[in-house]
Amino acid sequence: MIAAYPITPQTPLTEKLSEFVEGGELNAEYVAVESEHSALTVCTSASMAGARTFTASSAHGLAYMHEMLHWAAGARLPVVLACVNRAIGAPWNILNDQQDSISQRDTGWIQIYARNNQEILDSVLQAYKIAETVYVPVMVCYDGYVLSHAEMPVAVPSQEDVDKFLPSYQPHTILDPANPKNYNLVTLADPRVNTEGVLCHGYMELRYLLQEALQNSGEVIIRVGQEFAELFGRSYANMFWEDRLADADIVIVAMGSLAMEATVAADMLRVKGHKAGVLGMRVFRPFPKADLLKALKKSRLIVVFDKNISYGSEGATCSEIKSALYGSGVNAVIRNFIVGLGGRDVKAREMADAVTKSLPLLKEGFLNSEYPEWICYI
Amino acid sequence: MRTRDCKHICDESSPGIGEAGKTGEWRNSFPMIDQERCTPSRQNKPACFLCWLYCPEAVISKTVPVQINLEYCKGCGICSQVCPVQAITMINEEELHPEEDTQKS
Repeated sequence: MIAAYPITPQTPLTEKLSEFVEGGELNAEYVAVESEHSALTVCTSASMAGARTFTASSAHGLAYMHEMLHWAAGARLPVVLACVNRAIGAPWNILNDQQDSISQRDTGWIQIYARNNQEILDSVLQAYKIAETVYVPVMVCYDGYVLSHAEMPVAVPSQEDVDKFLPSYQPHTILDPANPKNYNLVTLADPRVNTEGVLCHGYMELRYLLQEALQNSGEVIIRVGQEFAELFGRSYANMFWEDRLADADIVIVAMGSLAMEATVAADMLRVKGHKAGVLGMRVFRPFPKADLLKALKKSRLIVVFDKNISYGSEGATCSEIKSALYGSGVNAVIRNFIVGLGGRDVKAREMADAVTKSLPLLKEGFLNSEYPEWICYI
Repeated sequence: MRTRDCKHICDESSPGIGEAGKTGEWRNSFPMIDQERCTPSRQNKPACFLCWLYCPEAVISKTVPVQINLEYCKGCGICSQVCPVQAITMINEEELHPEEDTQKS
């Protein structure tokens, strides 16, 4: 069941899906709705009725879904949503940054960021398996225009192989008129004894279960990535990908397609004799603190590029990196650069320059509490 | 027994009386029926029942005499408003249980 409302730059995705459904190539029901709030409401309802569901949005559309994002997670419905990352107004802008999905960080969804078009397809397939195992909805994010409107050769797996990989959806609850149940009614502060005499969760216990599901989902994400590799030959058995980290003491951290750009910056730095590597965040929620710690053990300078900002603080990825390293003994200088907001082009040269100008801090010292620097013209 | 024993991962319950708890505890005032004025009691036959019809919580019985289930009555007072013979009066809970009113003491 697909329910979506078109919004740039998600539009090509939903147009193509509706063509597939209309042409009989995709056995699905496409529900045309009047808003994104309704799109996700239709998805959560259909998911409760036992259907596998999909929706997609961007920016203002995703913001409009905000209430139902919380609902889908709280109701533990394995909805899969593609977020085609776009800047949020004001001022009005249709181009790429990651402020939209980062603003939905705390809704209880698993968030996966794709670095190229192949990863979008592969991540959506894995998203269903992850979501339907841990009963947490999954948001697959990819950069608007950089990936959404660019083309690259993509290996499309056969239906038979996908069926081998992804079993049919097994709902944890199902709305059934023959067996009437109440779901997610008023659930007050304290646990209650239900009409059958069973002590049932209060609001807080149910929310703890959501946190527990996300805490434990990392193992599932990696296992699903391994299973995917066994069938399709492309491995996703990690929460982030690494480029030349083995000997790197300078690590560039970025998420989505930006991390691909960072590998070119690392090339430039390597030519100059710097031991630079890249850590590309793939899974942002759950945040892989323990694995990250191992990967960043040798780092002395960590330069984090964010296409988002928590205003008044810093980029979301940077905050997470700092939080993961706290008390770990890794005493790296961590610098944060805000880049590429509203589609501003990010050049590999600019990323390499940002790293180069951060190098003296290794000698001079740096307080990791400083605000981020913006790469812009002001 | 802990709540995990209920095995639910989202809120789930079966439709039944009292699933939201004893909602009568939410009440500030309760309806008192004067059976000498109430039409079914006075005529000793099924009649009127406007309070039964309008009660949003379905806690009023369609019986002679009319009865109100105070375990679940939230005290909205609609019954006292629709009664054509003013047989229902809303009584402040504090007047009935002044010892429980900790705020005033």
